[in-house]
This record gives sequence, structure tokens and C-alpha cells, in this order.
Amino acid sequence: MKLSEIMQRLQLEVIVGGGSLLREVNGGYASDLLSDVIANARERDLWVTLQTHQNIIAVASMKELAGIVLVNAREPEVETLEKAREEDVPLLVSPLPAFELIGRLYKLGVSGMRT
Amino acid sequence: MPELEITKIQELVYELWVDDVMHKDVVTVTPSTPLNNLREILRDNRISGTPVVENGRLVGIISMEDFIKWLCEGSPGCAVADRMSRNVIAVCADEPLIQAINKLERLGFGRLPVIKRGTKEVVGILTKGDSIAGLLKKLDIDYRQAETRHPRSSHIFEDIVADRSSLIFEYDVAGGGDVKRGGASASGLKTSLMRLGIDPQTVRRAAIATYEAEMNLTFFTNGGLITAIIESDLIRLEVTDDGPGIENVDQAMRPGFSTAPDWVRELGFGAGMGLYNIKTCADRMRLDSTVGVGTRLEVEILMGGKREVVRDHATVTA
Repeated sequence: MKLSEIMQRLQLEVIVGGGSLLREVNGGYASDLLSDVIANARERDLWVTLQTHQNIIAVASMKELAGIVLVNAREPEVETLEKAREEDVPLLVSPLPAFELIGRLYKLGVSGMRT
Repeated sequence: MPELEITKIQELVYELWVDDVMHKDVVTVTPSTPLNNLREILRDNRISGTPVVENGRLVGIISMEDFIKWLCEGSPGCAVADRMSRNVIAVCADEPLIQAINKLERLGFGRLPVIKRGTKEVVGILTKGDSIAGLLKKLDIDYRQAETRHPRSSHIFEDIVADRSSLIFEYDVAGGGDVKRGGASASGLKTSLMRLGIDPQTVRRAAIATYEAEMNLTFFTNGGLITAIIESDLIRLEVTDDGPGIENVDQAMRPGFSTAPDWVRELGFGAGMGLYNIKTCADRMRLDSTVGVGTRLEVEILMGGKREVVRDHATVTA
């Protein structure tokens, strides 16, 4: 499923996202620990987190994740926004808490398991 | 293949922002503008609606439709404030154009006022026509860029005549927990390696190892130096600092072990996975540390995929 479709169906607010919103999302990963994401997230995973500082962009870009969704209507820091544009990392926000958002993602078919 | 064409256009829509295409010289009225005057304002500017602004802030929107309704009711004497819609839906100037187009479609509106994020200051107005004009302009720019693109330096090693050659990149990393610049070296290295045409898998491993090393320097030292030596078949990373040094290297290598203070963990670091992640990316790894003197980390990443099971070599000098 394309990130743009997920964005529309779950009404995520796009903070940063260009053509990159057309990327395929292959699965999902949820964590607030950056090194854990580096160790365990897979390429084109959608990352659900509450961290808002700019290092999330570095991690997402390095792991070639499909994008980042901030939960609880968290606002990214200005540097995070700039970095996301620079590195072309889609950054979206949901007003929902993580548990609920992940549940809805799962319903759409976004899984955290390797197949 | 019609599907492919749609995708290309979609892609363009996603690469434009509202402030790329909006009208910046927007005609506005105030709540106290008499409705009698609205006809001329709409006619003279050839518009079918306009935002209502008070003290620079958006308070409503009034359209031709509101005006016609008013005429049908026998045009009683009243001001814009009595007839405008107060529940205005606006878009932010830094929103992606696709989001704004979706809003236009969903709501069936002909125009949306554009405001600055955070304030309600009106900075422009967006119509469907603007979106199309913006797309055409973007197509033109993309086309020109494609014509003038710079060649990549991917053949640099093939072009050099020598028995051995290497490229050296150095990155200074500040210590003291300055997260703001965190990741700058890893990101710079990644970009450079991609430009050299090195395979993405190798680039990724080098970038991750560099990132983790960089974060260690940031949080646990007074700063240090990352040197990346790129040869035709491998990337060697050398990371050095002058203290405080690691007390127990075996322990530090163990996944999950961390000495990070709470504020570091709060930022999402300190999972105790740093050195472990480096090891996962490396073909060879060596970590030497002396408490009070400093730490030296050497990592080798072979190009074309990881081949060796890492036997990390760690030494501690008391």
C-alpha cells in the first residue's frame, strides 16, 4: 500500500512529504528508541514514534524507511522539519495515541512481522 | 500505459507546496465592508469569492453565492460580517499541494484561503486553476534540470591509475551532548558514498556504523574525529576520542547494556544497541579503550555485501 493511501484513510496530517508519499509501505515498526529502530526496522517500514527531534530523520533516512508518523498530535521541532525536507523523509502526524494508530494501521494490512 | 502517466503527474502534485502555486496578491474585504460594495470588488478583480480579514487575521470567507442569496432577499442594508461563512477552512502555506487539492475536492470549494502556520495571517489564496498552472511550471523546471544534470563521480576509482588509491573523508564531532548536530557526519558520508556510486547496501552499513559511532562521541565524550577511508573494495572507519574511555569493553559490547543518563534515554538514545549495531554492520571491528586516555574504534566494511562473521577484537588497557 502506498503511504499516500494510508495518509488519506487514517487522515494523517502531512507535515513533510513530496513525491516520497507515493512510496510503498511494506510494514510497520513502533519504537521510541533510535538504536532499536536502527537494529530492527526494515526498509520501507512505516515508523510510529513520539520522538520529535531531528535525529529521527537521520535514522529514517539511513534505514530507508517509508516514513515517520508522530503520535498524540506531537509537533516536530523546526530542525526536524527542515531535515525531513532535505532528506526527503515523509513526516506525518496523527492525533491518535500510538496503540490506537497502530491498531488501525494493522487493520489496513500494515504488519510488523517479517514474511 | 495510462497508469504510468497518472503516477508521474501524481508525483508532481506531491512535490509542490501550496506557497509554490498560490496567488500572493490576494484581494480581501473586512467584516465591515458593506455588501453593496462587494459586487464591484468581485467584478473588478474577476473573482468569485474573497477572504474576510480583520487586523491581518482570517475571520471568514464570502462568495458570489452569498452575494446572490443576499440579492434574492431584496438586498437589505448589511455588511460582509452578516453574510460571510465563519467556519473557514484554510490551508497552510507549507502544506503539500496534494493535501490542499484533496481538501478542494472533498469540500467542493472553488478556492481556499492560505494562512501562515501557527498564525491566522492570510498570505494567499489557492484555486484549482493555480494548481494546474503550478504543475505546468514544475514540469518545465524538471525538464530543464534533467537537461543540465551534473555527471556523477561514480567512475573515480576506475579512472585513477595507481597500485592503490583511497579517498579520505574526515568529520569532526562535537561532544557534550549536542544532539542538534547529531547525525551530520553519517548523513554527509552517506551522500558522498552514494555520489561515488558505491552499492546501496554497503553505503547503508557504513552510514549506520558512522551514525552510532557519532552518537557515542556526542553523548559520552568531549568530541572526537571520524575518518572514513574509501578504497576500491572496502570502507574503513576510524573513530577516535580522547576520553573518558570505556571501563569494561565486553560489557559495552553487550546488546542492551547502557550507561546513558536519563536525559539521553528520554531522547530515545541509550538503548544499549550502539556498539552492537556497529558490529552488525561491520566485516571487521576493533575497539581499544583506555580509561582516562580515550577510545579508538576501527571498522571495516567490505563492498558488495557482508561476508565475514565479525570476530570483534576488543582490548582494555587499565
